[in-house]
Amino acid sequence: MVKLTIDNKTIEVPEGTTVLDAARMLNIEIPTLCHHPKLTPFGGCRLCIVEVKGVPRPLTSCTTPVSEGMEITTSTPALEDLRRTVLELILSDHPNDCMICEKAGDCTLQELAYFYGIRENRFGGERRIYAKKDGNPFIERDMEKCILCGRCVKVCDEIQGVEAIDFTYRGFKSKICPTFERDLDCEFCGQCVAVCPTGALTGKTWNLRGRQKDIKEIDTTCSYCGTGCNLTLHVRGNEIIRVTSKEDKWNEGWLCVKGRFGYTFVNSPDRLKKPMIRIAPKLSADSYQLTANLFKEVSWDEALDYVASKLKEIKGKHGPDSIAGLSSAKCTNEENYLFQKFMRTGIGTNNVDHCARL
Amino acid sequence: MKATNTTIRVCMGTGGIAAGGVEVLDAFRKELELAGIKADVKKNCSMHKVGCRGLCAKDVLVDVIIGDKKTTYQFIKSDMVPRIVKEHVVEKNPVREWMVGEDYLAFHEKQFKVVLSDCGSIDPEDISAYIGVKGYEAAKKVMTSMKPGDVIETIKASGLRGRGGAGFPTGAKWEIAGKQDSKQKYLICNADEGDPGAFMDRSVIEGNPHAVIEGMIIGAYAIGADKGYVYIRAEYPLAVERLRKALSDARENGFLGKEILGTKFNFDIKVKLGAGAFVCGEETALIASIEGQRGMPRAKPPFPVYNGLWGKPTVINNVETLANIPYIIRNGDRWFASFGTEKSRGTKVFALTGKIKNSGLIEVPMGISLKEIVYEIGGGIEGDRALKAVQTGGPSGGCIPAAMVDMSVDYESLIKAGSFVGSGGMVVLDETDCMVNIAKFFLEFTQAESCGKCVPCRIGTKRLLEILTRITKGAGKEGDLELLEKLSKDVKAASLCGLGQGAPNPILSTIKYFRHEYEAHLEGRCPSAVCKELLTYYVLEQFCKGCGACLRACPAGAITGEKKKPHFIDSGICIKCGACFDVCKFKAVKKE
Repeated sequence: MVKLTIDNKTIEVPEGTTVLDAARMLNIEIPTLCHHPKLTPFGGCRLCIVEVKGVPRPLTSCTTPVSEGMEITTSTPALEDLRRTVLELILSDHPNDCMICEKAGDCTLQELAYFYGIRENRFGGERRIYAKKDGNPFIERDMEKCILCGRCVKVCDEIQGVEAIDFTYRGFKSKICPTFERDLDCEFCGQCVAVCPTGALTGKTWNLRGRQKDIKEIDTTCSYCGTGCNLTLHVRGNEIIRVTSKEDKWNEGWLCVKGRFGYTFVNSPDRLKKPMIRIAPKLSADSYQLTANLFKEVSWDEALDYVASKLKEIKGKHGPDSIAGLSSAKCTNEENYLFQKFMRTGIGTNNVDHCARL
Repeated sequence: MKATNTTIRVCMGTGGIAAGGVEVLDAFRKELELAGIKADVKKNCSMHKVGCRGLCAKDVLVDVIIGDKKTTYQFIKSDMVPRIVKEHVVEKNPVREWMVGEDYLAFHEKQFKVVLSDCGSIDPEDISAYIGVKGYEAAKKVMTSMKPGDVIETIKASGLRGRGGAGFPTGAKWEIAGKQDSKQKYLICNADEGDPGAFMDRSVIEGNPHAVIEGMIIGAYAIGADKGYVYIRAEYPLAVERLRKALSDARENGFLGKEILGTKFNFDIKVKLGAGAFVCGEETALIASIEGQRGMPRAKPPFPVYNGLWGKPTVINNVETLANIPYIIRNGDRWFASFGTEKSRGTKVFALTGKIKNSGLIEVPMGISLKEIVYEIGGGIEGDRALKAVQTGGPSGGCIPAAMVDMSVDYESLIKAGSFVGSGGMVVLDETDCMVNIAKFFLEFTQAESCGKCVPCRIGTKRLLEILTRITKGAGKEGDLELLEKLSKDVKAASLCGLGQGAPNPILSTIKYFRHEYEAHLEGRCPSAVCKELLTYYVLEQFCKGCGACLRACPAGAITGEKKKPHFIDSGICIKCGACFDVCKFKAVKKE
């Protein structure tokens, strides 16, 4: 254990703890933008600088490991002055269009600008302008709002192991983008969206559906597979407008493309809500159309009776091995167990498989 | 006709090659053959290509050595070779008008060469030439008769400090690395020299690559590393080629590889080419680059000696630092410590450039005065104009004003003056240089080379550059100077690595010593008549002869006037290109 004092408060922490983590254990607030507790430290935004006794220049608390007897000061007029300069510099290269930004109300940069009361900016000047929009179907990438905190790059590499994006170019023109600035072509897990502290990365499906105001957050479990990730549905009116995941649950806030972006079916007019039985014969493949008048809406009892009688009929005519069952990853383990049991004992065949094998 | 013991040495550093060294060498071969000296070429007459010998301004430099008499020629072109061969080699009458003058001798007199002592006299592509000047003896001595701790003590006692800029004591760095309990350690030679106007490391590798390799072998033995890297810029093709040749020769001769010289010590060196990013000279960015990552620095601590390449203890030394090592081991720590000042021992190589008569590579004992460098070694300012300042330390350095020219050149004094030894660039500025413009030049460089990781460097240097640009364009606002100073200090304090922390130095030092020039710009004047937007060109009627030269030279048609009558420049049409100023023989065009 290492003993140190932060703002005159003494704490003992395990070796290897960063000064930032130690300060947070003491409930001392240090502003950060690039830091993320699940990712390796970056040290790029320079907001978490602290003074260490005996060290001539301020150090970033997110990258500095604690050492025995360290004396830390987290806030002095000089430090706050430097933080203010850094924030003004970031804002001088940021489209200050919070009025129409998807992230307003949930944006770390906006929050810091508010707490530091930055209305005037000493540093005007050129701002990065990027006209090209990314053509991918899920993630809106507004690189003008990017503050190059590198969280998206790290999450993609360290958590997802995909490395779809990285820093490119140098100096003021530095930019985060996929290889050769092509459109994003990755797993679209959206982990980058989840960790972005500004409006640079958002969901395309979120666009103009509502921000944080009037949002009801509903915790639930993802039904796409048996993993069971926790989801938080952001509901406005009676519509899901966004899905996030809480970091303190077992999946640590990470989701896949289905859990994060595959929610629009819930409110889709094409969604099947009741069982239907085909009433017209299937036409040839090219003229096949799924229209309501080919099907008849029925009750669950009616539908299940129909399926049972048809299965019996086929079994009687062609034998049990003429029937095969394909189960779904969306079902629970128990449901899948029951399904294979039904196929083996009810139908009497081993022709049973599961979509997760694909 | 038979020549006896004749040697011809042609300068083949990058400067020499650029000035036509290859053609000169070929011409000598041809002419000597024609003169019938062919038969004895091997025995008595040999030609060497040699590395940089410093005075690049006078390239191609050629030594003709007959017996023990050496004559040096300057500005030699291939068409001058026949006369040298005929008159000097054959008839023994040196061609006096092509010989170097007193300034060449003065250039060398004040210098003291350790690192460069064999550069320019031995063939860098021939390992036997290096062995012939006691090369690899230090490595042999270390491996066969010294313990790693003894080597570290010797280097510590010599007082050698890192020549890459920061001046960290080399022995202390090795000591920490030596103490790390790790099976794998690395030694990296930082040859990613990128300061504008700096070519020390390149010249050392081009002129004497084996000294660097020997220094690395000794360093690796001292810290217990078995793998080394030379991180060198791909833009240095000649240095890379010679280094690779030297490495393979060293391997063939048993100085690298397994069980070197029959000892249990294993060490080999890989060459890693940098892709030209200035920031990769920063040690953590350099490590990232070797690891295959984007060259971006990370926060220190932990320092690379604890946690470096692939997470292992790693020592990173500059080329010049390593090239000093064999000489220290061979001649002893006391010998090395006898040069220089109390805290800055030994010599330092500088690339002397700018408005100086003798530009080139120099090596001087630490503590020499700036005045001696500029006026004695450098031969004074071009055109005998007045010295204004000396910029040292590259883009992270500062400008030392002419009034401080008596100061000592060493680590402490330069930092005290607001500058920096840096890797050793030394740019001489004269009265025709605008200090605001100089600051802008360096900021353009650092801004473009910022890796983009931290905010103060990425956006801060951009804003500094924008403020400087508007000042040089006469669009400066009230309070700009104060804002410039404030932001410079903040960028210096808050940046992650040396690039951002050093980037404001050119601004801060020029504001400190040349504040009046900034103020003049804010009032709409450029005192050195450099900043185009602030200039007005006009004709001094009393001097104008009406020759019409300016009228013909003007690309904008801004000049009118009748023959033999004073001409007139219409400032509304004038594009301030300066063509009239350059063409006027009567100094009748004035700009201010």
